[in-house]
Amino acid sequence: MEHMDLSFVLKNVWLIPALPFISFLIVGLFIRPVSEKAAGIVATASVFAAAVLAYMVAWDYFHLFGHGQEKLALIPWSIEWLRFQENMSVNVGVMVDPISVMLMVVVTTVSSLVHLYSTGYMHGEKGYGRYFTWLNLFTFSMLGLVVAPNILQMYVFWELVGASSFLLIGFYFEKPSAVAASKKAFIVTRFADLGFLLGVMLLGYYGYQLYPSLAASLPPVGGRPMQPFDFAYLTHPAVLESFSNLGASFLGVSILTLSVLLVYMGAAGKSAMFPLHIWLPDAMEGPTPVSALIHAATMVVAGVYLVARMFGVFATSGDALLVVAYIGAFTSIFAAVIGCTQDDIKRVLAFSTLSQLGYMMFALGVATIAEPLGYTASMFHLFTHAFFKALLFLGAGALIHAVHSNEIWDMGGLAKKMPITHITVLIATLAIAGVYPLAGFFSKDEILAAALATGHTGIFALGLTVAGITAFYMFRIYFVAFWGKPRSENAEHAHEASPAMLIPLIILAVFSLFAGWVPMGEFVSFGPGHAGHINWAIAAPSLVVAAIGISTAWFLYGSGNDARVTAITNALGGVYTTIKQKFYFDEIYLFVTRKVIFRFVATPIAWFDRHVVDGGVNLTGLATRAAAMATSRLQTGQVQTYGVWFLAGSIAAMILLWAVLV
Amino acid sequence: MGLLSWLILLPFLTAVAVMMVPAERWKMIRWISAAGTGLHLILTAITTYRYWQLASPEMAEMKTSLLTKLYLVEKFDWFPSLGIQYLVGTDGISMLMVILTSIIIFAGVMASWNVAERTKEFFVLLLTLVTGVFGVFLSFDLFLFFMFYEVAVLPMYLLIGIWGTGPKEYSAMKLTLMLLVGSAFILVGFLAIYHTSGLHTFDLTQLATIKYPADLQYWAFPALFIGFGVLGALYPFHTWSPDGHASAPTAVSMLHAGVLMKLGGYGALRIAVYLLPDGAKDWGLFFMVLTTINILYGSFGAIMQKDLKYFTAYSSVSHCGFVLFGVAALNLMGFKGAVLQMFSHGVMTGLFFALIGMVYGRTHTRVISEMGGLAKVMPWLAVSFYIAGLASLGLPGFSGFIAESHVFLGGFFGNPWANSTATRVLTVLATMSIVVTAVYVLRGLARVFQGPVEDHHFLELTDATFTERVSTGVLVATLAFAGIMPWFLIDLIEASIMPIVNRLHETGGSFAMY
Repeated sequence: MEHMDLSFVLKNVWLIPALPFISFLIVGLFIRPVSEKAAGIVATASVFAAAVLAYMVAWDYFHLFGHGQEKLALIPWSIEWLRFQENMSVNVGVMVDPISVMLMVVVTTVSSLVHLYSTGYMHGEKGYGRYFTWLNLFTFSMLGLVVAPNILQMYVFWELVGASSFLLIGFYFEKPSAVAASKKAFIVTRFADLGFLLGVMLLGYYGYQLYPSLAASLPPVGGRPMQPFDFAYLTHPAVLESFSNLGASFLGVSILTLSVLLVYMGAAGKSAMFPLHIWLPDAMEGPTPVSALIHAATMVVAGVYLVARMFGVFATSGDALLVVAYIGAFTSIFAAVIGCTQDDIKRVLAFSTLSQLGYMMFALGVATIAEPLGYTASMFHLFTHAFFKALLFLGAGALIHAVHSNEIWDMGGLAKKMPITHITVLIATLAIAGVYPLAGFFSKDEILAAALATGHTGIFALGLTVAGITAFYMFRIYFVAFWGKPRSENAEHAHEASPAMLIPLIILAVFSLFAGWVPMGEFVSFGPGHAGHINWAIAAPSLVVAAIGISTAWFLYGSGNDARVTAITNALGGVYTTIKQKFYFDEIYLFVTRKVIFRFVATPIAWFDRHVVDGGVNLTGLATRAAAMATSRLQTGQVQTYGVWFLAGSIAAMILLWAVLV
Repeated sequence: MGLLSWLILLPFLTAVAVMMVPAERWKMIRWISAAGTGLHLILTAITTYRYWQLASPEMAEMKTSLLTKLYLVEKFDWFPSLGIQYLVGTDGISMLMVILTSIIIFAGVMASWNVAERTKEFFVLLLTLVTGVFGVFLSFDLFLFFMFYEVAVLPMYLLIGIWGTGPKEYSAMKLTLMLLVGSAFILVGFLAIYHTSGLHTFDLTQLATIKYPADLQYWAFPALFIGFGVLGALYPFHTWSPDGHASAPTAVSMLHAGVLMKLGGYGALRIAVYLLPDGAKDWGLFFMVLTTINILYGSFGAIMQKDLKYFTAYSSVSHCGFVLFGVAALNLMGFKGAVLQMFSHGVMTGLFFALIGMVYGRTHTRVISEMGGLAKVMPWLAVSFYIAGLASLGLPGFSGFIAESHVFLGGFFGNPWANSTATRVLTVLATMSIVVTAVYVLRGLARVFQGPVEDHHFLELTDATFTERVSTGVLVATLAFAGIMPWFLIDLIEASIMPIVNRLHETGGSFAMY
């Protein structure tokens, strides 16, 4: 592939992550201290430039290949970064393949719109320049993750997006809840990354072990021999075959399955799969545009992306893919149920994100190498979801900006006061509810079709149910926020957002309307491409379910009769409270960390160190001193005492001698 | 006199120059110190360049050699009757350690800009100490090594005892005594090697040419490893470190945690493993167990600490555990990781202690719970502190990740002389520390810098001064440089580490797969 005649942008894809990085350095070090406003402008401009390049790359890349031809991965730029030992080096580079191109487009689009939106939303906030510096850092890290040609580069940027997410969640660092949320997000994902790192180590170890026997038959990657950490190596059929033939196993789980499951642990943490989901709802403490960018459209899909990137490995293991499918399916319904009960608009959206991520995950999980429709469907849903979910968050931001509250019960009647926001949010709500012909409909349909095609009827049924619940809770917040009468003082005086905020809303609304018509199967597929078509036998029931969800929401929240809601919540009683308290998962985690680990591990160790280990040292000191004191008494200066000791010693020596000799 | 002797002598000459200045002109004293250490930084850069010029063409050859090749060697007989020489030289490992020390002492002088009490004596002792450190890293005669080792350790007693805080006499005494016990072990080991070799020389390069009898290796290796381990905070001989660091003044903590503790890892690798490879094979797993305890125990111990210095000291115990863990892993990646971690931890912990000193200088408390919201009043210090914290939890982009990834892979790959299941289990346990580290770092920093400002006195505090910015800026830049462009460090050290690996395998170019 290296000899192919590439266009200028394809040769210089590294510019896409580099632009935000350079801007991050310049803005952070030089511009921010001088002018906060200029910081915002430069940061936004750099990401827009990256977006333009990303579209050009997409255009050029997909035109390289003919219809139905397999789209090969290119590595136009790569240099050695870390050399562990011979045959074990890690490059930093840029990989261009269908999914990385798609994600570059998604990330730069959403990021540039979020940057633009933020110039309005964050206007007048303290730390405006700092905000944009970190937003740039995040964009760079996310793009570095997307283009990673090897698993270690993926891990590096994986951690960096985590760190920038940490910084942005804790942006309001004087607010204790934001500080707590940022810590929680970092630590929970770090825990998951421990699994990722162990998985990388396992894959590296066995990859290295298999390397000598395979190296000769492997093509070069990025202008040098393939290395064990390269995705190209890990997903190479010959390597996978050797991997699955490894006799070694651990507790009855094969090495391959074990290592991908460990890698999946990292993916599950980043994509907030149950039971590592607890950080995402709290992450809503960050500024709303951050939630739109990081915690809805881009960073949280990194886990899905990682599984897709290593799909060949997961699929070869088989068992690992089933785990992905079941955890994803469970998360999607679990989060959707909680989403029905939350009052904070951003938290509803956060649970909705969880649920949709579960959707993407189980779509990957139900795919197989022979029947990889789920792979395309998952990427398709990732694509469409990024737009409508970012739109929902940014719309929610506009509402929050207007009524100064996150509570949906402080809103109401905003449809007339904020017409543009209303229309765009309605489009996004319809899109996520899966209503024809908006974006969500197509990708959801494809996911359900994929589940059915591989015989996962249970997951299919569950997916259908989740679609209904999604329509219900999304329209619940829609009706409460936009319909009826204003429920608070602020809602009465609300007015439409500024143009800087509305323009991104409108652009994203256009995407949410039409993104579904992209023939994703032609661009992104595992193996040869295929044309997508709508299977009405699946689409019809899913539309019916959506209609049921929407009408239930209208019946309870849109009809202006609040008594119905009260009646139902009262009837549910403890069940309702349990759901609203998110099944008490936060409390369980807190109990384990505070009460068990801190109290029964950390505190005893600190005590043990001070009293036992150090006590031992002090005891040695004391003993030495005591011995010195005791022996120093012997030196009295009195000749008589010395005489007694001399005599006693001599007699003792003689007795001893006698005893030994006789 | 060659470059290396100048490197050793320059701090001492600076100390002499400081001695000449009357004590009341303390401002001049600190300028002289700054100039001397600044000059040293330049000299280090020149030496590194020279070394690179000489060594880089021969690196391929060095990788298959069983003997470390020294460059810029200076050598003359000192006590010919005992075979003691003045022998200084350098290889990649020494070079990196000299770079580290030079950076830390410069930043340390910058961070001590406001030491007003007995400034003269303070700087004289500090510079003498660092002379010893450079001497240790550059001398390849065991006797000379030992002499410099003691020169580096002893001024600590006075520096802590006089300029320290809290129970300083107790801490100083404890630190000195424990380290001297370690020295005794080292001396015994050295003498045993000297006598057994029959070469009548302390020259390390000569001593490395023979294979020592198994029984000597079997007892001398642990003696040396533990002797060096005391300084490297090996569990359970680490307890001097929390007290010592807590009581020491800023620059001393920086130098001590940043550089002196590295002498332990350096000696363990350069002398214990290099000279006694068979002993290392016998004891490798045992020390992997101890250092795994180090890593986890230190990080759990740090969670509940109330004093910022104790907090950092326990974190150091954990991080220095990585150094010795890498050494005990007995393979190329482990050794490389150990050397990289010495560098990385040196810079990182130097930054930590510098910042703690700066924060303490303002708030007059080091108790974590008494602070809060300081980021609002001192953004520069807060950002630097966060960078140090993120580097210490192994965030890629900083040097910690580079070092730790080597150490973990090294431990996981294991070696032919230790049970592979055991080394892997230990590595997995050690890896868990990345989570615990995140917990204590983020908890501690959030408490100090984030949240509302609780004490209204803090609102009047100021951010970093110019010299403080220089000090922290240099260290932050070093952390980022090593993290983003690790190949410079790796190219520098790799060829010099290979002979140690080769000696273990008794064959050249040992990348063997276990």
